[in-house]
Amino acid sequence: MITPSIKAPPLGTAIKPKVSGEDWIMRVVLIGIALYLLITMVFPLYAILSKSFQTDKGVFIGLDNYIKFFSTPALFWSIQNSFFVTIITCLIVVPVAFTFAYALTRSCMPFKSLFKGIALIPILMPSLLPAIALVYLFGAQGLIKGALLGHDLYGPIGIIIGESIYVFPHVLTIMLIAMSTADARLYEAAQVLGAGKIKTFFTVTLPGVRYGLVSAFFVCFTLVITDFGVPKVLGGKFNMLATDIYKQVVGRLDFEMGAVVGMVLLIPAVFAFFADRIAQRRQVALLSSRAVPYEPKPTPAFDMAMLTFCIVIGAIILAVLGTACFASFAKFWPYNLSFSLNHYDFDLMDGGSWDSFFNTLELAAWTAVIGTAAVFSGAYLVEKTKGFETGRGIMQFLCMIPMAVPGLVLGLAYIFFFNNPGNPFGILYHTMPILVICTITHFYTVAHLTAVTALKQMDPEFEAVSSSLKVPFYRTFFRVTVPVCLPAILDISMYLFVNAMTTVSAVVFLYSPDTALASVAMLNMDDAGDTAPAAAMGMLIVGTAAGVRLVHTILSRGLLRRTQAWRYR
Amino acid sequence: MKFAKTFALLAGGLALALSHTTSATAKTDLLVYTAVEADELKKFKKAFEADYPDVNIKWVRDSTGIITSKLLAEKENPKADIVWGVAATSLLLLSKYNYFQGYAPKGVEKLEKKYYDTKNNPPLWVGQRAWIASVCYNTVEAGKHNLPLPTSWADLTKGVYKGHVIMPNPNSSGTGFLDVSSWIQMQGEENAWKYMDALHENIARYTHSGSKPCKLAAKGEIPIGVSFAYRGAKSKNAGAPLEVVAPSEGVGWDLEAFGIVRNTKNLKAARALADWSVTEKANRIYNEEYAVVAMPGIAKPVKNFPPGIEAKMIQNNFQWAANNRIRVLDEWRKRYDGKSEPKK
Repeated sequence: MITPSIKAPPLGTAIKPKVSGEDWIMRVVLIGIALYLLITMVFPLYAILSKSFQTDKGVFIGLDNYIKFFSTPALFWSIQNSFFVTIITCLIVVPVAFTFAYALTRSCMPFKSLFKGIALIPILMPSLLPAIALVYLFGAQGLIKGALLGHDLYGPIGIIIGESIYVFPHVLTIMLIAMSTADARLYEAAQVLGAGKIKTFFTVTLPGVRYGLVSAFFVCFTLVITDFGVPKVLGGKFNMLATDIYKQVVGRLDFEMGAVVGMVLLIPAVFAFFADRIAQRRQVALLSSRAVPYEPKPTPAFDMAMLTFCIVIGAIILAVLGTACFASFAKFWPYNLSFSLNHYDFDLMDGGSWDSFFNTLELAAWTAVIGTAAVFSGAYLVEKTKGFETGRGIMQFLCMIPMAVPGLVLGLAYIFFFNNPGNPFGILYHTMPILVICTITHFYTVAHLTAVTALKQMDPEFEAVSSSLKVPFYRTFFRVTVPVCLPAILDISMYLFVNAMTTVSAVVFLYSPDTALASVAMLNMDDAGDTAPAAAMGMLIVGTAAGVRLVHTILSRGLLRRTQAWRYR
Repeated sequence: MKFAKTFALLAGGLALALSHTTSATAKTDLLVYTAVEADELKKFKKAFEADYPDVNIKWVRDSTGIITSKLLAEKENPKADIVWGVAATSLLLLSKYNYFQGYAPKGVEKLEKKYYDTKNNPPLWVGQRAWIASVCYNTVEAGKHNLPLPTSWADLTKGVYKGHVIMPNPNSSGTGFLDVSSWIQMQGEENAWKYMDALHENIARYTHSGSKPCKLAAKGEIPIGVSFAYRGAKSKNAGAPLEVVAPSEGVGWDLEAFGIVRNTKNLKAARALADWSVTEKANRIYNEEYAVVAMPGIAKPVKNFPPGIEAKMIQNNFQWAANNRIRVLDEWRKRYDGKSEPKK
């Protein structure tokens, strides 16, 4: 079966590639992963979608809930607010992250790994933490409360600052992967043809990362519009869609209207999907098998400018982290700033406990291991399966949806779906596995995009060559693809681990007494007004994630040295 | 057929025997959904399990809003054995979905009549203690802005307080709804909305949670927070520069209450907790933090609670509150949420 037919096709008939045995294996695995996404995402979403067309008694009422939504100004104005905040945030963050990534990959400035480390710190924070830090910086009792020139922190300004810090490392990660592989031959050619620095930038660098830029923008867009942590803390009177869902569901117990707002929030996902498809069609493989890796040459003035830029950004991030840290140890802000560990005594706080912290570690470990395997295999199969356009298209679409699904909607959808008495998967309800499944699904898209971006930079010739040498695809996968993409794979596992530690919204409806989580505890403590203990729990999450990341870096360094040596001359 | 029947009987008997032996040797896990503050839960668990050593309480603790929506979301297939220490208004709402089974705990008749369900016999829910609206006033921050101590709800609408008051959003906070509901019950709808129109002019922002305004006041983020008495007393005891005020017109309140879930598999243990919860011992523990408890004549004053607050509690009609909740919240949202931020 595996031996391809060597008979030449008869003359006069169109050449139709034969579907070989190994193609079938790939398709079956692909369908398996698609089924997983169907059960853990599409079916629950269908459950919540049907809720949006029903009354609370389960009677179908067509569009009535939607009509109510669009005739309630308090609700539909939130659309405008959400878009406003999101677009401003992305217009700030994408250029900043691009410049930062450019400094790290295309300049010879010193301390690159230090700045990369600092820039990625916010990825280790639940989005509540930068928001809480901003309260301690710019709030009524803030350290530098004059800095907003009398503008109110609780509103769009605060949300945009908070979201920018929260989303920056996510965007940076995508930019770095897009920029980490460049073909030196193109730069040499540009130099030989007499192109200046600026011309080279616009004709070689920018086109090369165009796909990365587009995908960074959409990741930023959907992360911000669906984030709930920052507006929850800093929203004030400024309504946004994500906090509206919370208000509908938690405050008014109006699940149907919560479902409607969730559906309204899904529209950007469809938009993002089509934009992504268009950008993808124009993408050309950057790293052909003949590519020569690019290495920057020192240019003092440019390197100094880049260093200054990185110092400013790094200082902002460290200030946010430092403030949260300081507040978590201050006895009673602002009246008694003496050192105290009281806020770390979580067992005495509303919604907090030390058990929740250990549960979070368990969740993060499972999510990283299972999630990375599933996401990377899925991305590989979407990219490399021959033919089977429909299946791959559906899979690609399935992979894009999770990012646009606000955590609260996913969590609620899981209750409706998994707690249905007739559902055989109901045994998962209230267990650690459902938290793992929910978290993998919730963070599937960015991990998938990271994998796809890395895979796209691999020339398809690798597969063509292996296939013509009759090497089975799985051997190419393990011997070539995985080692070449190892940096991306390690990034994915860290991304999943860290997000499992920091996620709040999706799991808030799914935890049971045995599986309470640290990030949920943080939300509940802040909600109850225990801001300092919430900051303390946040610091604990950041500290742990940073520690794990450090161990991860040390362990993987040896591995990367072996597998990535080909990148350096 | 006959064989199958015998087999089923045998299996059933065996299962019954097994369950008896396990309950004799192992503890029963009782899943209790609650909104009681975390620092008190350990105390309750220890005291109850001392009296009933074969029961092991497992708490699912969240704020009133979240725990109620969790319960509602699970209404087709409830997980909890007993809902305990959750707002009576929430229990009334849940009972519309046939959430609870009636049970009269031993000694329930000793409780104040208005604090448990007397419409149903046996009662579907039984109150434990009252949580009462109050205003938290930060003396240090108020001093900076020259704000006098407010003594009534009407005071809060005075121009001097503009931008210095925070209250919970009734759409997301049980305490917020309790305030709005009490204003309507005291003044009638028309006057209450007029009052809230004026109050809205002074509100800096609305919070999601009911305890947050007081904690924000305690930290000096805002001089005045509309919250509830327990929270104020607690923050003041912790050293915050607060005055806790029970406004003179009267204060809204709700009960922390319990109800046994209809499909519990641990009925015996759930009833044990219900029985224990109406004892004098339990009521004395309620009283350690709350000034008003369901059993009359035993409450001692709680440190830093506004004095005489029990006399200021309004005649609260829970049924009215539960029935009119959505209508009132819709009206509130139309008036104050929609125009919350000027258009850019």
